[in-house]
Amino acid sequence: MRYELIVIGGGPAGLAAAISTHKNGLKRIAVIERDREAGGILNQCIHNGFGLHRFKEELSGPEYAGRFIDMLRDTEIELLTDTMVLSITPGKKVVCVSPAKGYNVYEADSIILAMGCRERTRGAIGIPGDRPSGVFTAGTAQRYLNLEGYMCGQRAVILGSGDIGLIMARRLTLEGAKVLACVEVMPYSGGLSRNIAQCLNDFGIPLYLSHTVTDVRAQNGRLCGVTVCAVDEKRHPIKGTEMDFECDTLLLSVGLIPENELTREAGIEIDPRTNGARVYENMETSLPGVFACGNVCHVHDLVDYVSDESERAGKAAAEYVKHGEASGAALEIKAGSGVTYTVPQHIRPGNVEKSADVFFRVNRIMQKSAIVLCSGGAELARFRREHMAPGEMEHIMLPAALLKNAQGEITVSTEEAQA
Amino acid sequence: MYDVAIIGCGIIGAAAAHALSMYSVKTVVLEKENDIALGATRANSAIIHAGFDPEPGTLMARLNVRGCELAPKICAELDVPYKNVGSLVLAFSEEDDKTIRKLYERGVKNGVPGLEIISKARVLEMEKYVSPEVTGALYAPSAGIVNPWEYALALAEVAVTNGAEIRLGSEVKQISRSGDGYIITTASGTVSAKYVINASGVNSDTLHNMVATPAFTVKPTRGDYYLMDKAECFRAKHTLFQCPSNAGKGVLISPTVHGNLLIGPNAVSCADRERVNTTADGLDFVRNAAAKTIPDINYRNSIRNFAGMRANTDKDDFIIGFAAPHFLDLAGIKSPGLTAAPAIAEEALKLLAGDGLLLEANPAAVHTRRKLRFKELTDEEKIKAISENPLYGRVICRCETITEGEIVDAIRSPIPPVSVDGIKRRAGTGMGRCQGGFCGPRVLDILARETGLSPLDILKDKNGSYVLCGETKTGGAKG
Repeated sequence: MRYELIVIGGGPAGLAAAISTHKNGLKRIAVIERDREAGGILNQCIHNGFGLHRFKEELSGPEYAGRFIDMLRDTEIELLTDTMVLSITPGKKVVCVSPAKGYNVYEADSIILAMGCRERTRGAIGIPGDRPSGVFTAGTAQRYLNLEGYMCGQRAVILGSGDIGLIMARRLTLEGAKVLACVEVMPYSGGLSRNIAQCLNDFGIPLYLSHTVTDVRAQNGRLCGVTVCAVDEKRHPIKGTEMDFECDTLLLSVGLIPENELTREAGIEIDPRTNGARVYENMETSLPGVFACGNVCHVHDLVDYVSDESERAGKAAAEYVKHGEASGAALEIKAGSGVTYTVPQHIRPGNVEKSADVFFRVNRIMQKSAIVLCSGGAELARFRREHMAPGEMEHIMLPAALLKNAQGEITVSTEEAQA
Repeated sequence: MYDVAIIGCGIIGAAAAHALSMYSVKTVVLEKENDIALGATRANSAIIHAGFDPEPGTLMARLNVRGCELAPKICAELDVPYKNVGSLVLAFSEEDDKTIRKLYERGVKNGVPGLEIISKARVLEMEKYVSPEVTGALYAPSAGIVNPWEYALALAEVAVTNGAEIRLGSEVKQISRSGDGYIITTASGTVSAKYVINASGVNSDTLHNMVATPAFTVKPTRGDYYLMDKAECFRAKHTLFQCPSNAGKGVLISPTVHGNLLIGPNAVSCADRERVNTTADGLDFVRNAAAKTIPDINYRNSIRNFAGMRANTDKDDFIIGFAAPHFLDLAGIKSPGLTAAPAIAEEALKLLAGDGLLLEANPAAVHTRRKLRFKELTDEEKIKAISENPLYGRVICRCETITEGEIVDAIRSPIPPVSVDGIKRRAGTGMGRCQGGFCGPRVLDILARETGLSPLDILKDKNGSYVLCGETKTGGAKG
């Protein structure tokens, strides 16, 4: 079987990418989804707040996904659910298995990677102590509550102030559980400001910034308590600041990691800062004809932006199939002072019609500051910002004319106004 | 009336049960937990030691070398992941050079095959990420790595297939003499047996003391480990030891049979025999010590920390012998107990036969065990597997590519698991980088479906480790 495009992943990124490719003229398209239905993680995000930018209304996760699933149904795009991709080859063969169709190798003219991300675990952050039941990543707990209909505990502490943790603080409270604290190792929250307000403050749940969990205790196999400690600037626990919480549940919301095992095996270059593929302005990876979008490329704050980015990837995949490889010299986009990463990492000015979108995150909270673009020692442009925070993705548009003035690279950095 | 009752089903109890099951011996294994291999067997360095460490002439020396020799054949028969990776004891000083020379001589006396002292240049050629401070090494080509809990499970499963009984949840409370045998009172009822094998690990002194005067004391020693993502496995091809000191064999870095990297352990004496918590100090110690071997390990790639309890005693050697008539201690089995296990079982049979246990071949005995590991199949085999059972086409654990078919196989295996971790140990789900974040709920669901239990009754691990505590207000669970 040969497709013009295979999209790996039927979450918000994969759905938007496939629909966009179809709009741009491709017909033989398959979306491969490992779950039994499309929608990805949105299916368990039953809270509202999705779609404000895109649809100018507040939708729940399943509703947001539903709009795209409906659009997909109106096309001849094939949705292969309950199907797991085992590998992709540099020659764009996709190997997958499913109970219904067995083991198959599909060939594709182009591929869009849209596998999303996974949660960082307790092991990744090395919390010492016992290893009882009752320690969940926030997303796993979300699945138990919202998809399976089961409670995972009655007294919870949440480590990390990522958005899923904040959402789960509210969700557990609404289900009658007591959320004792949200504990964040950094001096600022990793989540959206609106979630701090609506999920913690509104319910009187204390947020301990610059604190972490230093011990986990079990009783008869289940979590019975954790110790929380203040940390110094190097994030080392400060002796004497220990607080004990009696709880049966510890939720971890300590970061998301793009799931790029297939990407790596295919030999595609990975950016160690994003943990996603290095991409060009059109979301094309180092392997021509293979694109990446959504959280598999870099972790987004809002799904609306995932959809936008995925539509650009879809359009580019259609261009690739119809007109062949994009060409031209590329500028390297570098993360400068105060910037943790940029996407894309390369821009080919010859492939930019009007402007190129650049997304990045800052490494600390900044007030009244500027985003500064430099190339070859000269300043190309400057954008003012009232407020920037690591929990929120920044976006700038680089006009094609500006790109012509760049020499080899563009560095994106931040400048804070002097107090 | 059983011929033999084995107390404890870690690697030692399982190996003894397996060896006995080749004969027409009525055997029962009494295990206090809800699954087997939940003590030292599931949390250790997973090493098949070559045998240069123990003092020549000790039981430990002889049984280690014999166990190392037996491991490849048994693991092949039982389909247990084993790799003959070889080990290096690294020297970093003149004193270390003397130590590895001493170990070499000891190893030669113990009959370890193929030992070699190798130069710094050769070490760095074999292991290019080792610290350039290395001065040389003792190379033991016979050493290997194994999946320790699968080793125990495979031995015990074959024993069960051959007729042995395993009683889980059967903590031994009391043992009394009765004629020339014993009556054993357990949490699940009473068992009588002509012979008793004490293979109860960290509790082996307590069991010994139920029938004999105290002769040794277990001094449990805890060790913390890091398990690293497969992305770090390139850093070591062999098991890399540092020179042993009074504190133990030191921190090792080793590949695992699953393709991860294992780093640890430290050694801390513990009063509590059951609590295997990691500590910040222990983990710091392991990281600092490991940096001497390989300086630049990326701990962001850590996927799990765990701690294990070794059954060290106040004796230098394994304690193997009759504590009382017909009551055989296989006690104080510390490192290299995992390696020595099949040799200890051979030894136990010899002692029991010498004490009058009749060993007639079991005509129905099977020797082999096979398990379908989907990800290791060829393309043709995958096609065939799914066509025979479509559940092999549904990947549940995406990190380790474990299918629903393999999970159902595990649930229907001779010693059925009762917990999510029980399936992890049998099928390998949740072993990867997401640590069961994605597959945990699905595994729980499949276990509930296959056993007819409510998801609320499914455990993560030992008794008491419930995962879910009730339904949500909207009662979504019913839909």
